[in-house]
Amino acid sequence: MAECHPVGFQWVMEAKARGARIIHIDPRFTRTSALADQHVPLRAGSDIVFLGGIVNYILTNESYFRDYVVAYTNAATLVSDDFQDVDDLDGVFSGYDPETGTYDSTSWAYKGAAEQAAAANGEAAASDSDDGGGDDIESDESQASGHELGGRGASHEGAAQVHRDETLENPHCVFQVLKRHYTRYTPEMVERMCGVSQDDFLAVCEAVTVNSGRERTTAWVYSVGWTQHSVGVQYIRGAAIIQLLLGNMGRPGGGILALRGHASIQGSTDIPTLFNILPGYLPMPKAAEHDSLKEYLSTISSDTQKGFWTEARAYTVSLLKAWWGDAATADNEYCFDYLPRLSGDHGTYQTTMAMVDGLVEGYFLLGQNPAVGSAHGRMQRLGMSHLKWLVVRDFNLIESATFWKDGPEIATGELRTQDIGTEVFFFPAASHVEKDGTFTQTQRMLQWHHQAVEPPGDARSELHFFYTLGKKIRQRLAASADERDRPVLDLTWDYGVQGVDGGEEPSADAVLREINGWHLTGEDHSGRGDLLSSFIEMKPDGSTAGGCWIYSGVYAGGVNHAASRKPGQEQSWVAPEWGWAWPANRRLLYNRASADPQGRPWSKRKAYVWWDESSGKWTGHDVPDFPATKDPAYRPEPGTAGPAGLAGDDPFIMQADGKGWLFAPTGLLDGPMPAHYEPQESPVRNPFYSQQANPTRQVFKRKDNPSNPSGDRPGTDVFPFVFTTYRLTEHHTAGGMSRWSPYLAELQPEFFCEVSPELARERGLENAGWATIVTARTAIEARVLVTERIRPLVIDGRQIHQIGLPYHWGVGGGGAIVSGDSANDLLGLTLDPNVHIQESKASTCDIQPGRRPTGPALLRFVEEYRSRAGITVETSNVLRNEPASDNTPSSKPEGRAHE
Amino acid sequence: MSNRLFGPLDPAPDAGWQDAPARKGFLTDTSICIGCKACEVACKEWNAIPEDGLSLLGSSYDNTGSLGASTWRHVAFIEQPMASTRATRPSVPVDLGMPSVGLRDAPQDPTSEQATSAQATDAQATDAQATTGKADFRWLMSSDVCKHCTHAACLDVCPTGSLFRTEFGTVVVQDDICNGCGYCVPACPFGVIERRTDDAARVDGSGLRTIVNKVKRVDKVPEKRVRDKNVGIAQKCTLCYDRLSAGNTPACAQACPTQSIQFGDVDELRERAQVRMEQLHAQGVPEARLYGADPGDGIGGAGAMFLLLDEPEVYGLPPDPVVTTKDLAAMWRKAGLAALAMLGGAAVSFLGGRS
Repeated sequence: MAECHPVGFQWVMEAKARGARIIHIDPRFTRTSALADQHVPLRAGSDIVFLGGIVNYILTNESYFRDYVVAYTNAATLVSDDFQDVDDLDGVFSGYDPETGTYDSTSWAYKGAAEQAAAANGEAAASDSDDGGGDDIESDESQASGHELGGRGASHEGAAQVHRDETLENPHCVFQVLKRHYTRYTPEMVERMCGVSQDDFLAVCEAVTVNSGRERTTAWVYSVGWTQHSVGVQYIRGAAIIQLLLGNMGRPGGGILALRGHASIQGSTDIPTLFNILPGYLPMPKAAEHDSLKEYLSTISSDTQKGFWTEARAYTVSLLKAWWGDAATADNEYCFDYLPRLSGDHGTYQTTMAMVDGLVEGYFLLGQNPAVGSAHGRMQRLGMSHLKWLVVRDFNLIESATFWKDGPEIATGELRTQDIGTEVFFFPAASHVEKDGTFTQTQRMLQWHHQAVEPPGDARSELHFFYTLGKKIRQRLAASADERDRPVLDLTWDYGVQGVDGGEEPSADAVLREINGWHLTGEDHSGRGDLLSSFIEMKPDGSTAGGCWIYSGVYAGGVNHAASRKPGQEQSWVAPEWGWAWPANRRLLYNRASADPQGRPWSKRKAYVWWDESSGKWTGHDVPDFPATKDPAYRPEPGTAGPAGLAGDDPFIMQADGKGWLFAPTGLLDGPMPAHYEPQESPVRNPFYSQQANPTRQVFKRKDNPSNPSGDRPGTDVFPFVFTTYRLTEHHTAGGMSRWSPYLAELQPEFFCEVSPELARERGLENAGWATIVTARTAIEARVLVTERIRPLVIDGRQIHQIGLPYHWGVGGGGAIVSGDSANDLLGLTLDPNVHIQESKASTCDIQPGRRPTGPALLRFVEEYRSRAGITVETSNVLRNEPASDNTPSSKPEGRAHE
Repeated sequence: MSNRLFGPLDPAPDAGWQDAPARKGFLTDTSICIGCKACEVACKEWNAIPEDGLSLLGSSYDNTGSLGASTWRHVAFIEQPMASTRATRPSVPVDLGMPSVGLRDAPQDPTSEQATSAQATDAQATDAQATTGKADFRWLMSSDVCKHCTHAACLDVCPTGSLFRTEFGTVVVQDDICNGCGYCVPACPFGVIERRTDDAARVDGSGLRTIVNKVKRVDKVPEKRVRDKNVGIAQKCTLCYDRLSAGNTPACAQACPTQSIQFGDVDELRERAQVRMEQLHAQGVPEARLYGADPGDGIGGAGAMFLLLDEPEVYGLPPDPVVTTKDLAAMWRKAGLAALAMLGGAAVSFLGGRS
């Protein structure tokens, strides 16, 4: 955090000054470790063993927060009798289809859910179940659905009425299922797989459990590298289970904090730049499946579940009204047909491969430098070389704009400039100080930034670019009578105000107003009335418009609350008047959980929101994240759905059953609980079962995407070291903003690798000398930093070396002050199934002293490695490992350090 | 009586300023420095200092190297492996593997885990802290800067008056007066001040050296910002004299995200440093110590003081700096005595001759 979010780290330092204990769990010793009370280095890719070990510790020592767990989580809920765990099935959960590498999660559902669904939906449900239980999104074969669930609990039939055993003793209750699942995650196993001593591990367990409960809370903080694994989503789930067991969700000082924040990454999923979601985490409709609005809405929520997602129709219709205005009417389902439909998986990396295959014509890059910043840089560049046109909007001539003349493939002779037909359009971009707009940071807080100076030269804002592009396209199409042009022509496209130099400059303020939404007036709902004060005011009948339901209220009362700047010392400690946080300016989500089931604070010290008996309302330091007048004692009639179905003690109001999910009965594509799988490339054999890696990970069996052998397969010893990539404080991501800045470039001028003194000795690497790092994809060269901050770990009785690689450098680009090989060129493409994130934080490699070969010799060098390791397109890409008959390890253990 | 060369004093009035404001300075608390180098960048941005070399030094995360004409803030990174950490941290409890009562044994006894009262949890939390201790490896970071000595030898030896004592008690070079004689360079006991060399000077205002950026936005930088700045001229931290004059905080302190660099009145900072050191001692960091905070030291106390976590040498700081002009008065006195003696001798010899 100190490394990548130094400004935010000031609050950690402040907390430390007030007595907080800081524990840093990371393969390498960073600037964060330097300031932490304890640094725990572990093997990259072993996190679920560590997290599972903590869960096991909590359950075994009964140090969970029982009152919280029973009342607020699904611990007591009974799971279907059909559910089978990974230990029963040698590494897969029940419902696995080895043909497709996907799960049918019917057997993970709550007990009785299927029958209720059938009862509620009648014939529809019955016919669905014929093709494998259509009540869950994840039964879809395209796999392009997991990420939609990022912001909302998954739809779950019948969740409003579940079977519970509050003694937590029923063998089918979630609590017992969880307990069995993590039995094997012992301190010994943590030591064996993570390389963390039992003492260090138990110190962490003690610290987090002792610091949780009524009086105290513990926060988990991660940077997004934690998600970049083929089991990335399950890492976060692991932390979520710990936090729920310890009662740290919805309470001050608790939670799981994803450190996003750079350049509004949170904002770019709220109002997404992702292919499979619409604003406010509404899913993108799918071809053939969602022909009508009704069919679409049925996948967002079920009529038999609790919570606020049952209002999805109001959010969707308001969005359609914001986009298509008067053209959106009840008769045409508010232009629902205008929305594009997903025809399959169109994630970033799938699109890159489609480019290589010649299926993509044009591409926009906005402040993104995939030639350096994305995994498998070679494939990124080869892909772009097949485009007809490429638009690059950036401050500088980044490598993605110049790969056609100076990329690494030009040097090796794989590409020749005269053969590349890609027409590159470079547009200089305005920086954040040169335009108005908002950033949304990790606390979901929108902060308005005012333009300070005019952008230089031809540089313009993104808003200007797209507004103008839209205008030009609409002018071209103005005379068209073609139906397919209606969605563009009918768009509301009126954000323009007169700019300073006579040009039409769109207003960011007007955009924020539309995002907030307004009441539509008149019989035909064509007039613009008052701005909405909250998403609660959104209507399903077309009488409101709003561009992103979760942002509704940011402009309540005609005031831009994102621009609120009241200093902290002039308001309460929750600071509601600094910026604006979605939803409804709540600073802490699910904060009903900060009070006990009767509505009283768990403790005076941790009081946050509570039930005020005299006024019959929820009140407190923050905006209560709960129906304002719902009595804690309220119990709905069994089976009541929607917000009314939430009991007075159901704090997780967006979940289908109002509870925090220790066990996810639906919504995840790779299992209801995190189970340890090794990364796609690992020098270590999975000790839990035959199954080596995530059986549902997305693999791409292509000649241009080879993987290193893994586990006990032959050839694994050709790539014996683990490497992980990361950022440095001095640079920003792919370097487009830092390698062109002399003051930043000089602070970390050259690409380097970090190795331990032990590995340096073993391989003859010299500090400040050169090293060549090789994977099945390519070889790169780096200067060497020999440092005790990296330490070899003893894993399964063997010493495993880890290599650290910052990924900020690239070759080529126009006018970069410093350049160097790109660490991301080493990576192949293997994705998590839920969100399609690449596995870029744990792979294997070899390292040799000296510089790499250049020109065509580089290709021969890497080919020699591939053939030595016996790599084919199948290598490491088999999804399901059946119990193997020949478990002959390719490399012998050197001895057992523990035991 | 002005311009004393040694001992405690308030330098601005001593230099002749009437109604001088309180002396200003820095306290750099290295115990909370995260090594982000924001101070280095902010300093260069504000003072338009050129880029200072683009090679990897192979010295942890430090590619700046040292203070100099084009580096007025320098963050040092010191990697301390186990042995030396142990040696300098004698009071850290060492686990001798003896049987003990307390949290360490808790896992074997599940029932002892149940903490019910807040008091108990608090006590246990503290206990956990004490027993686990800190890692056996330290990465020290410290942002170095001109000390703005009470007795500044650079100023004492400057023949042109380019170096002067400001009303804030700081020491500043006037680059339009400096003739580049370089007397100040060896005079500084910390090696801070330096003359800018030729190759570092061909830069434009954004610090760019000889690289011509083809991108339009850089072309639009106003011509006047391109300069051959201060070649041969002695350069160092001014404690942002221009910002101070306008009532602002120096750029580095303003940019520091963790308040490791604190700016303020020297007297107040000195007290704050003392409190912080005592606090750290109480928290089990006995190695915390102050540097440059004693007005009785060899430079009369620094305007920029430090809270360090190890010996000053570890950070590349002289352990006992003494103003190089300390003995100037004595030397002159002795030279005067010698002259007098010679004169006396001559006189005696003449007088003697007469008698």
